[in-house]
Amino acid sequence: MSHFFLRALDRQASLAILALLVLAAVVPALNLLTPPGSALHLSTFTVSLFGKYLTYALLAVALNLVWGYCGILSLGHGAFFALGGYAMGMYLMRQIGSRGVYGNPLLPDFMVFLNWKTLPWFWHGFDHFWFAAIMVLLVPGLLAFVFGWFAFRSRVTGVYLSIITQALTYALLLSFFRNDMGFGGNNGLTDFKDILGFDIQSDATRSVLFAASAVALALGVLVTSAIIRSKYGKILIAVRDAESRTRFLGYRPERVKLFAFVVSACMAGVAGALYVPQVGIINPGEFAPANSIEIVIWTAVGGRATLIGPIVGALLVNAGKSFFTGWLPELWLFVLGGLFVAVTLFLPRGIIGTLAHGWSGLRQRRASSSAETGTDAEPRLPPDMPAGSKYEPAAAE
Amino acid sequence: MSERANNNLLYLNDVNVSFDGFKALRGLSLVIAEGEMRAIIGPNGAGKTTMMDVITGKTKPDTGDVYFGGDIDLTRRDEADIASLGIGRKFQKPTVFESHTVWDNLQLALSGKRSVFAALFHNTDAREQARIDEILETTRLGHLRNRLAGGLSHGQKQWLEIGMLLAQDPKLLLVDEPVAGMTDEETVQTATLLRRIAETRSVVVVEHDMTFVRDLGVKVTVLHEGSVLAEGSLDHVSADQKVIDVYLGR
Amino acid sequence: MTPITRIVLLLGLVLVLGGRLFSPAQAATDLAPLVAALGQGGYDQTEQAVNAITATGDSRAAPVIQALGDGDLYARKSDKSVVIARRKGSDLALTDPITGADLGTAKSSELEKVRVNNKLRRVVRSAIGTLTLMSPDRNTRLSAANAVFQARDADALEILDTAIAKETDAQVRDAMENARAAAILNSQHPEAEKIEAVQRIAALGNDDALKVLNAVQSSAQGDLRTAAAKAIAGIQRDLAFWNAGQNVLYGLSLGSVLLLAAIGLAITFGVMGVINMAHGEMVMLGAYTTYVVQEAIRTSAPGLFDYSLAIALPLAFIVAGAIGLVIERTIIRWLYGRPLETLLATWGLSLILQQAVRSIFGPNNRQVGAPAWMSGAFDVDHLTITYSRLWILVFALAVFVLLNVLLRATSFGLQMRAVTQNRRMAASMGIRTPWVDAFTFALGSGVAGIAGVALSQIDNVSPNLGQSYIIDSFMVVVFGGVGNLWGTLVGALSLGVLNKFLEPYAGAVLAKILVLVLIILFIQKRPRGLFALKGRAVEQ
Repeated sequence: MSHFFLRALDRQASLAILALLVLAAVVPALNLLTPPGSALHLSTFTVSLFGKYLTYALLAVALNLVWGYCGILSLGHGAFFALGGYAMGMYLMRQIGSRGVYGNPLLPDFMVFLNWKTLPWFWHGFDHFWFAAIMVLLVPGLLAFVFGWFAFRSRVTGVYLSIITQALTYALLLSFFRNDMGFGGNNGLTDFKDILGFDIQSDATRSVLFAASAVALALGVLVTSAIIRSKYGKILIAVRDAESRTRFLGYRPERVKLFAFVVSACMAGVAGALYVPQVGIINPGEFAPANSIEIVIWTAVGGRATLIGPIVGALLVNAGKSFFTGWLPELWLFVLGGLFVAVTLFLPRGIIGTLAHGWSGLRQRRASSSAETGTDAEPRLPPDMPAGSKYEPAAAE
Repeated sequence: MSERANNNLLYLNDVNVSFDGFKALRGLSLVIAEGEMRAIIGPNGAGKTTMMDVITGKTKPDTGDVYFGGDIDLTRRDEADIASLGIGRKFQKPTVFESHTVWDNLQLALSGKRSVFAALFHNTDAREQARIDEILETTRLGHLRNRLAGGLSHGQKQWLEIGMLLAQDPKLLLVDEPVAGMTDEETVQTATLLRRIAETRSVVVVEHDMTFVRDLGVKVTVLHEGSVLAEGSLDHVSADQKVIDVYLGR
Repeated sequence: MTPITRIVLLLGLVLVLGGRLFSPAQAATDLAPLVAALGQGGYDQTEQAVNAITATGDSRAAPVIQALGDGDLYARKSDKSVVIARRKGSDLALTDPITGADLGTAKSSELEKVRVNNKLRRVVRSAIGTLTLMSPDRNTRLSAANAVFQARDADALEILDTAIAKETDAQVRDAMENARAAAILNSQHPEAEKIEAVQRIAALGNDDALKVLNAVQSSAQGDLRTAAAKAIAGIQRDLAFWNAGQNVLYGLSLGSVLLLAAIGLAITFGVMGVINMAHGEMVMLGAYTTYVVQEAIRTSAPGLFDYSLAIALPLAFIVAGAIGLVIERTIIRWLYGRPLETLLATWGLSLILQQAVRSIFGPNNRQVGAPAWMSGAFDVDHLTITYSRLWILVFALAVFVLLNVLLRATSFGLQMRAVTQNRRMAASMGIRTPWVDAFTFALGSGVAGIAGVALSQIDNVSPNLGQSYIIDSFMVVVFGGVGNLWGTLVGALSLGVLNKFLEPYAGAVLAKILVLVLIILFIQKRPRGLFALKGRAVEQ
């Protein structure tokens, strides 16, 4: 077990984790310990905004585990994120108690509004933080397990899998819009007051939530790195590159994929759970298929199958989104759409992937004299990437 | 049934497979003894690859028996099961894990536990290290151990795949066109390697290259349109009128 | 009040009033004195007056009685004349109850309301029904007959009989006969007559008939009860049958929409293996082309409006097809063999196309009108079929047939199939595979465009139009089996029908969710869809 995590700490992972931990300490300090007028002061708004970005980054890291390293392009990861978010949102709703508009001590406002008399069974237990915390992992994990168990066992792969993951999140979107589901319908869950007894609006709580997001992201990097460095990680990549070959070696790709899928869904759930208290609302819109595809583009921009690419991509794209929607909202969809096209055509490795590729290429040229023994660490592209890609549509094969 | 009990390693009886009306195998029967090396030849579409697919569980036969080691019904097992039972397969087109190094490829093939959690907490030990080194030696890939498999030449990939088969430590090897695209020298080396492997286990080789088959010097089975046309030594089958007709066309 | 007592009362009223008010100079049908009687005194007098008015059968009286029921009838304190008064500012505006002439305004203190109690309200209701049964307007009579049917008012029997005798319009008379049957069931008529009425109503076979019969069943005994029970069972059987028929029909209609949306995708995804997430936007562009064509016609040649869809069809095909061609040549051709990247790039394109349309046409729904031949509906027994749905079904099937012919019987189709099956072989036989790819993609996009023309008739034309179809379309293609147009046809129609059969039990949203879940499960069971290709060729 200790080997498992020690192995994870190569130079890149250690640096990333260290940077995130420093961020977790410094940003809250700049918010809480400096006077509002000072040049070093970070407003609570900024802290929460970046806290939100960090949860997005964790979501991208989660997606990268299945897409980057295992070739499963999930277009439904937003669903796991949203489910984690709803689990946290339900806890926060229970904390409101009798401070709602209707002042009902037993039921959340929307249930009073719908004339419900008792709390639905699935809301029981969410008064306790520990219960909600377990659900944050369990619900997305379980959904991923059931879905993946069926899908991988029947060898649904490639775009088929992508499309049914999209259908999955779409079905959930429609379900959560229904008032009868008992999750607040259209409006979702909002008007939160406290978390663990602390005022959710206060500067200190916001700073702690930021720090928690940074630590969670660091853990996400650690877990991903540990998985990739293990023999299992090698199998994962082998499944990505030549699935049927692993079968003839005696591995069961369906189980290999299922494990990664479930771990990834749990990570996404945690990201959602940290996202909700920082933005103050969770509604069915988070299940929208478009959201899930956006996660893919964060990962692609930063560089899939790289450890920190997804983080870089999530931060850059979302900072860009905040910038454009503030200044030229008309333009944002053009930019985002253009990004999808440009990255797939011109930057298939993403930013980090391209940098790493260039760097190792440079090193190899420098060490070309001892070519035969060179330890080749060049990040390889998955087989559906362009390295001399042949003109051959899939259906022709 | 009597033959099956006869301690044969692989036993195929009256196997039929059809795809959308096309009969890929019609009544194929084949027996491979323990420790035997067998060459399978036949023109394109004779059913060689389909036969391999049936043995390794990729394709389920419509009718017929496929038994391994006497009493294991292969038609009820899937690919992973069959691989774990000790049947290794080398594909016609060399398939190695291109983004892994040669060493990693061999480590993944190495026999051992196949479960997810075993792999997650696996630590490479000295015995494993030694075994991989030995295979690298056998396949003459030692100097390339840290190279990515994707960067190997065609012949090197073929050898790596054979090395992976060895690492699996199977009782039966199915080798599909191992010398396609190899130079003459490599072909000879491959024949030597396969003969050495066959000393300790059963091998079935599918090959077009008659020189290579002659080099192997083993019993030959000729497939045609999904069933066995002739069986015997190379000289014997190449004198067979039916075989000549098939190869030269009537 | 039985008919007998009513006649007696009426006679009495005529005698009393006639002695006091009738002057020889006025015709017997003159309403004025009868209306004036409404404002004379207590409830009983008012009731008598209403009955007297009803007895005239003069349809001009209906608004007066209606006003009485609505509480708008007043008596002027000064001269006791009866007026209709409606509030206007702080005063009341007065109109003459019979002629409708404007009588100026008055303070509410100058007027006294003709009061109505519950008993009187009932009388008013039946009076209105009766009066309108005599209306010279056919539609008024028809709706009056239906109102009597609903009310099952035995008091109306007499006037119904009169009305039926006078009625010349067959449909109206039929409705009156039905109303009479319903009224009989509520009257003291002999049982044999009631059983006959039950049979007449049973023949209607609709929900209203069921309501009437249920009431009979719960109150009657003996033969009548048995007859009603039998009739109810018969109707319920019939209704179940027609319900199923309606579900099939609506399902086919939904299926044809799905087919239209998916069939272009069946070509790009099914035949070429290209995942075009911007497919929905091609449909959207087709719909906007229709909008532009209609706008142009409205401003320059309004006479051509009925041909607008016919003009839009080729244009939509060209617009969407051309954009498809450009997309293939600039983006998709670099991504062949990398389906997941194609998916992402085309998703990006869909965002760009949506935003472009939003920037040009605005974010709101655009009005696309229906030509005369697309509007309206017709009935087949219990089913109502709108022309737009019917034409879309016909159109979808026509597109399907045309595409099949194109693929099977033209040299372009032959080249396309050749490239699909063996690209290298096709190339070496001199087929210019890049152009076949480009035109196949353009064809798929163009078909999506003409689907947009049809869908503009039944859906909101907005920049999000395409998004609502993309997942459904993929589901249809994947469910039906990739690379197979017949699969798409069967997939679309069966999904449509399944959806409509689930809806009554689960509601529209839940039905959709259930269908999605079913497809997800189905794909796991048969990853290659309904009409799967088998064999080594499909393994990859």
